[in-house]
Amino acid sequence: MNDRPKRLRDLLLARTVLRLLRRLPETHPAGEPGVPPPNIEREIPGSARAERVALAALGLATLAAVAFVVLYVSFPDTQLLGLALGSALLSLAVALVVLGKKVVPQETTVEEREQFGDRERQEEVRAIVRRGGDGVSRRGMLKAAAGAAGMTLGAAALVPAASLGPRVGDRLRQSPWRRGRRVVDADGAPLTVADIEIGGFRTGFPEGATRDELGSPVIIVRLEEAEIELPAEQRAGIPSGIIAFSKICPHAGCAVSMYRHPLHEPTAAKPALVCPCHYSTFDVRRGGELIFGPAGRDLPRLPLTVSDAGELVADGGYAGTYGPSWSGVRQERRPS
Amino acid sequence: MIGDPVRFVDERLNTASLLRKALRYVFPDHWSFMLGEIALYSFVVLVGTGIFMAFFYVPSDVETVYRGTYEPLRGVPMSEAYKSVVDLSLDVPAGLLIRQTHHWAANVFIAAIALHLVRILFTGAFRKPREINYWVGVTMLLVAILEGFLGYSLVDDLLSGMGLAIAYAVALGTPVVGAAAAVLIWDGEYPGGTVFWDRMFTMHILILPLLLAALISLHMLILSKQHHTQFPGPERTEENVVGTPLWPGYALRSLGLLCATAGLLFTLGGLVQINPIWLWGPYEPYLSTNGAQPDWYLGWLIGGLRIMPPFEPTIGDYTLVGNAFFAGALFPMLAFATLYLWPLIDRRWSGRGERHELLDRPRDNPRRSAALVGFLTWVAIPLLAGAIDRVFLRLGVPYEAQVWIFRVLIVAGPVVAYLVARRILERLHERDVHPLRGWTGRVVQRNDGGGFTTLSVSDGGTREDEPRAGAATTAPSDAPDEADR
Repeated sequence: MNDRPKRLRDLLLARTVLRLLRRLPETHPAGEPGVPPPNIEREIPGSARAERVALAALGLATLAAVAFVVLYVSFPDTQLLGLALGSALLSLAVALVVLGKKVVPQETTVEEREQFGDRERQEEVRAIVRRGGDGVSRRGMLKAAAGAAGMTLGAAALVPAASLGPRVGDRLRQSPWRRGRRVVDADGAPLTVADIEIGGFRTGFPEGATRDELGSPVIIVRLEEAEIELPAEQRAGIPSGIIAFSKICPHAGCAVSMYRHPLHEPTAAKPALVCPCHYSTFDVRRGGELIFGPAGRDLPRLPLTVSDAGELVADGGYAGTYGPSWSGVRQERRPS
Repeated sequence: MIGDPVRFVDERLNTASLLRKALRYVFPDHWSFMLGEIALYSFVVLVGTGIFMAFFYVPSDVETVYRGTYEPLRGVPMSEAYKSVVDLSLDVPAGLLIRQTHHWAANVFIAAIALHLVRILFTGAFRKPREINYWVGVTMLLVAILEGFLGYSLVDDLLSGMGLAIAYAVALGTPVVGAAAAVLIWDGEYPGGTVFWDRMFTMHILILPLLLAALISLHMLILSKQHHTQFPGPERTEENVVGTPLWPGYALRSLGLLCATAGLLFTLGGLVQINPIWLWGPYEPYLSTNGAQPDWYLGWLIGGLRIMPPFEPTIGDYTLVGNAFFAGALFPMLAFATLYLWPLIDRRWSGRGERHELLDRPRDNPRRSAALVGFLTWVAIPLLAGAIDRVFLRLGVPYEAQVWIFRVLIVAGPVVAYLVARRILERLHERDVHPLRGWTGRVVQRNDGGGFTTLSVSDGGTREDEPRAGAATTAPSDAPDEADR
C-alpha cells in the first residue's frame, strides 16, 4: 500500500480545485426583469461532519418527540413533558441551523431595490381620479353632503354601543348600607363589639346584601377612645372606639387589606390602613384621612352603632362616596 | 398522487415566477434583525397553545364550589372561570405545560416586540419609506399589551381580580366619559355583569388575535415590498440590498429560530413555574394581597400609579379626573403618542425627506439616540418603581422614601439620561469621524507622483513630514484620509 499517500494527495488536490471552482461567481444576466439577482458569493461548505451532527440532532428530536407521547400516556408530569417537547424542538432547531449554516450553499446576493415614488405615475393616478369627476358641477356641495352623510352614518353605527351596559345614573353612589343594617362577617355571622380587638381588623358586610359589590365590604378597627383625633361633631358613629371604613380604596378600587398598628408608638409610624396595590395610606385616628400615596380622596367612614345584643349595626350610609373617583364624584375633603 | 408539486401548483395557480422571486428574496444578516422573528414565532406558539386552552376555559363568574383534586381549595366557593383554569392546570394531562408555555410566550412575545422596536428606533429604520410599517408595528405593541392583560385577567384568581379592579378605576377616572364607559364595558358597576366575562373572552381569543394576525400580515406584506434595511458595509448602498437569499440558507436558519423559540418556550413552560393560580386563590372584590406584581409589560403602569402624587383636579367640589387615570391611561397614551409621532419628529430634526435604506448606528445621530435614551428612561423609571414594595421587603429601604426618590427621578432622570447619553454618543461619533484621535504614530500615504508621504499623527492632529520616495513602512490601512481633516 505505498500509493496510499499519493492517492490521498490527489484527493486533496481534487477537493481544493472543486472548492475553488465552486467559489467562482455564477454568471447571471443582471438586471433582466423577474430574473433572480446574481450571487456575489457562493460557497458550498458541504461539511460531512456537520451533516452527521444534523442527522444526530434529527434523531434526538425524534426520540424526544416519542418520549413526549410515551410520557403523556404513562406519566404526564409537567416538568418531564416540557423537557421532552422542549428538547425535541431545540434539537430540531440545532439540525436546521447546522444544515442552514454548514451544509447548504452559503450565498450572498445583491438585489437592486425598486425605485419608489415615480412622479409621472402619480400624476397619471391623479388624472384618472380627476377625469372620474367629469360631469360633476357642484363638487363642493357634493363633498359636503357626502361628508355629512358619512359622519352621521358612522355616528349612528356607534350608538348601539350604548346598549352594552346600563346608564350610570346613581348606581356608583348606592351602597347597600342602611341605618339599622347589621354588620356580618364572611360567614354571615353578626360581628359584635367583642369581636373587634385593638391592633387587629375585621372585614364586615351588610347583612343579606351581595358581598362582591364595591359598596359592601367594610374594614373595622378599634382604637382607644382617647386616640381619636376628630373634632367633636365628627365623632358620632364610633362606638367604643370601633371605627369602620369602606374596604375599597378610593384610588384604584383594590381592597384595603393591610392594617399598620405600631407596637411601640414613639418609634413606629402611627396606625393606618394601607392598600397593597399602590400603598395609599389612611390615618384611622383622623377618620381615614389620606396621609400617603396616590388616592385623591380620603377613605370614607361608615358610621356604626351598637344594638342591645352588642352587635355592630350601621348608623346610615358612608360619610362620602365609596370606590375610585370619576368625573363628577363629589370631593369630600374634610376642612383641616 | 401529485408527482411534481411545482408543476401541479403552477399549472393551476401560475405561481412559478412568483415562487422563483420569493425563493431568492434577500435577507440582510444581522442578529438584531431576528428580534421581530422571535416575536412572530412566539405568536405562533401563543395561537397553538391558546387554541388548546380555549376548549377548557369557561368564561363565567357564576359561583360554584370547588370539589376537585386540589385539597387546599376543596369547599372554597369560586367562579366557574377560576375553577376551569385550576382544573386545566392540575387535572388535564399536559394542561399546565400548555398554560405555562402560553404565559411565558406572552411575556417573550411582548419583550421581543419591545426590543425590536428599540432596535428600529436606535438605527433609524423607521425613516422614509418605512413610516407606515413602523406605525403598524407600534399598533401591534399596543394591541399585544392589551391582549396580554386580558389573558391573565380571564383567570379570575386573586391577582387578576386586583388587576381588573385597577383597570376599572382607570376607565372610571377618565375625564367626562369615564363613568359611562366603565359601566358600559363592565355591564354595571365593578365587578360587572356575567356578560363581561364573555366580552373579555371574545376579545382575547377572537378579536384581538385576529387584529394581531391582520397587522402581522400587513407588516410582512409591506416588508416584502420594501425589503429589509441594512447596515452599511462592503457593496451595500442605498439602492441595493445585500444578504442571504431565502432558499436554502435563510429558510433553514429561520425555521431553526422558530424551533428554538418554541423549544425554549416549552422548556420554560415545563420547568419554570409561572403564575401558580391555585396558590393565589379565587378573587373577591373585598380580597387583596400584598406583594402583587403584574406581568412585566404592565410594570411601568403599576409603578406610575404608585409614584403619582394624590392629585385630583377639581372645580369647586366637582372632580374632573380620577387619580388612576393619570398613570394608568394618560402616561401610556403620551408614551404611545410619542412613539407614533417619532418618525415625524425625527424628520423635522434630521431628515431631508429622502429614502433611507442604510441604517444608522446609535452614535451616527447622537441627538436622536440621546432623545431615545431619555424617552426610554422616562418609561423605565416607573417600571423600576413598580418594584419598590419588593425592594422594601428585601432590602428594607423605606417605602415612602423610595416613592419620593422616584418622583424626583421621573422628572430629572430623562433629562440627565439625555445629556449623559448625548455626551457619550458625541464622543463616540467623533472617534468614528477621526479614528486616529488619541493615537500617536506615523502614517504613510501614497501621493499622486507615485511616491509616499509620511504623516506624523499625534492625538488627532497631523503634520506632514518631507516627502520620501520609495519604500513604505507599515501603516494602518485606510486611516489617512480621515486624519487629514
